[in-house]
Amino acid sequence: MGMLYDKLMQDYRLREGLNACINCGTCTAVCPAAEFYKYDPRRIVDIVQSGDEEKIEELLRSDVIWYCGECMSCLTRCPRKNAPGLVIMALRSLSIDLGYFIESEKGRQQYLLSRDICGNVLNYGYCVYPRHFDYKSHPEAGRVWEWEEQHMDEVYERLGANLEGGGPGALRKIPDEDLAQLKKIFDLTGATKRMETVKEAGRKKAEELGLTEEEFSAMLYEQSSPKHLNRK
Amino acid sequence: MIYEGKQKIWSDYQKEIPDDHYYYVRSCIRQTFFPASEGALLKITRGILGRDVFENEHHTTCGGIAYHTDTIPHETVMTIVARQFALMHKHGYENYVCSCITSFGIYIETLETWRNFPELEAKIAENLKKTCNLEFAKPKFVVHTSDLIYKLREEIASKAKYKLVNVKTGQPLKVVEHIGCHYSKMFPSKGVGGAEYPYVLAGMVEAWGGEIVDYPERRHCCGFGFRQYLIKANRGYSLSNTHKKFESMEPYEPDFIITNCPGCAYFMDRWQYVIAESQGKTYGENGRGIPVLTYEEVAGLVLGFNPWDLGLQTHQVYVEPLLDKLGIPYEPAKKFLGAKGQDLGCPALPTCLKV
Repeated sequence: MGMLYDKLMQDYRLREGLNACINCGTCTAVCPAAEFYKYDPRRIVDIVQSGDEEKIEELLRSDVIWYCGECMSCLTRCPRKNAPGLVIMALRSLSIDLGYFIESEKGRQQYLLSRDICGNVLNYGYCVYPRHFDYKSHPEAGRVWEWEEQHMDEVYERLGANLEGGGPGALRKIPDEDLAQLKKIFDLTGATKRMETVKEAGRKKAEELGLTEEEFSAMLYEQSSPKHLNRK
Repeated sequence: MIYEGKQKIWSDYQKEIPDDHYYYVRSCIRQTFFPASEGALLKITRGILGRDVFENEHHTTCGGIAYHTDTIPHETVMTIVARQFALMHKHGYENYVCSCITSFGIYIETLETWRNFPELEAKIAENLKKTCNLEFAKPKFVVHTSDLIYKLREEIASKAKYKLVNVKTGQPLKVVEHIGCHYSKMFPSKGVGGAEYPYVLAGMVEAWGGEIVDYPERRHCCGFGFRQYLIKANRGYSLSNTHKKFESMEPYEPDFIITNCPGCAYFMDRWQYVIAESQGKTYGENGRGIPVLTYEEVAGLVLGFNPWDLGLQTHQVYVEPLLDKLGIPYEPAKKFLGAKGQDLGCPALPTCLKV
């Protein structure tokens, strides 16, 4: 097999998630993403299984691999116990490592996800942090969240949380020594490198498009081409 | 139906849930949107039922949302998981209970991967030593907090002050249960009832007097989709999935929805607001929404907790009609007060969704 296929097979998720797909299409039938986007997990698994380097490379540079929601409903229903969702995760990792992700509209959204979520993990020890979940960016969080944001300290106190406090409890401040351990884990296991890859690719893309970082971020957050949608 | 066959399937998905002595880890999403639910879990298990559920400040995110948005490598999340397990071991526990469904899936997936690839487990143990100088250990049992409440459901029922019954009609309340995808879709044998017949929430509802509603899209994803919600440009994916579920459950007129995943509770509450405000469509009675509750909130109500201590004021679909059905008293004037009784104003009202 070729270089890309071999790289994929080094990923344990692919080894666990792909066992002689019979192309029955059950995964596509049950897939929430396939209903919404122009997305067909059956075809993706088929391409990976074929080992066709050209088609795999095309996938890695495409929007298609970014449509999955990783709900893993496909795994439950697959008669061969394959996990197209895990295959997608392996494809996404390789797409990022090779820098191909920046070429697609959906792929380059990793720039924001990496900055915001990894930022939360390293700075606070949580993937989601309420002070960075603002009503302006999340109007769907409702008028009640708007009120919570306006009175965040008081509301969390009322709800028994320990926002940025010492000791245990909801939303406590994670001690610095624990955050330092998370950073060491990031450094040793490739997360820091991945963050840097994504950041640098995003910086170059913004420059290529003649956008400031702020404009580039706004574009990634707000804009979506209708071409992705599986309109019926 | 061949009854013996059903019994056989059911027996395959019985899950052993220890009765006591847990190392407890929180959820990034639950503590952000439903912190009082985590508080209720501890009050019920420790205070009312006398169980040992230990927490300390040193555990962190499991990294699950970072992993499922593909921002960190597989090896990173497995090493964070190893650190969490090591903290459990350090404090003398072997039963691990987590508040988040994404985390639960991550823990089970990691243990399964280590079982299938021992060389990888050895590498992660080495990573843990190098980065945290902690001793590698694996839990004897991993359960979700909804498993623990399921295990204790009859004890809760025996102390109940209210039943899931409409006090005006005497009829059981009709309840939609929504199971987070990562509870059992990946590893059915690790969830009560598996992926096909998950019983973890249905068991609670039945024990507390309610009646479960079956509907076509019962097992459909809420639509979180990680990157599909977190990026605004993708959010239609998330909304569309929730919309599909509500269209499917609407004819059955459920009184409320119970979820075991904090993300699902948030999405099913908030997307009803968005559908109402953008399309004018509502799914509850008289232009209202269908209340969406966490299982801790339901358990707390059954046990007679003050609804505002449970955080029900932070739901966008207001819960007062449900409280009226249950015959649970509440003080409207205290709904939005602070901990010291200070006036914090009130949230602005939606324009279409009736509250």
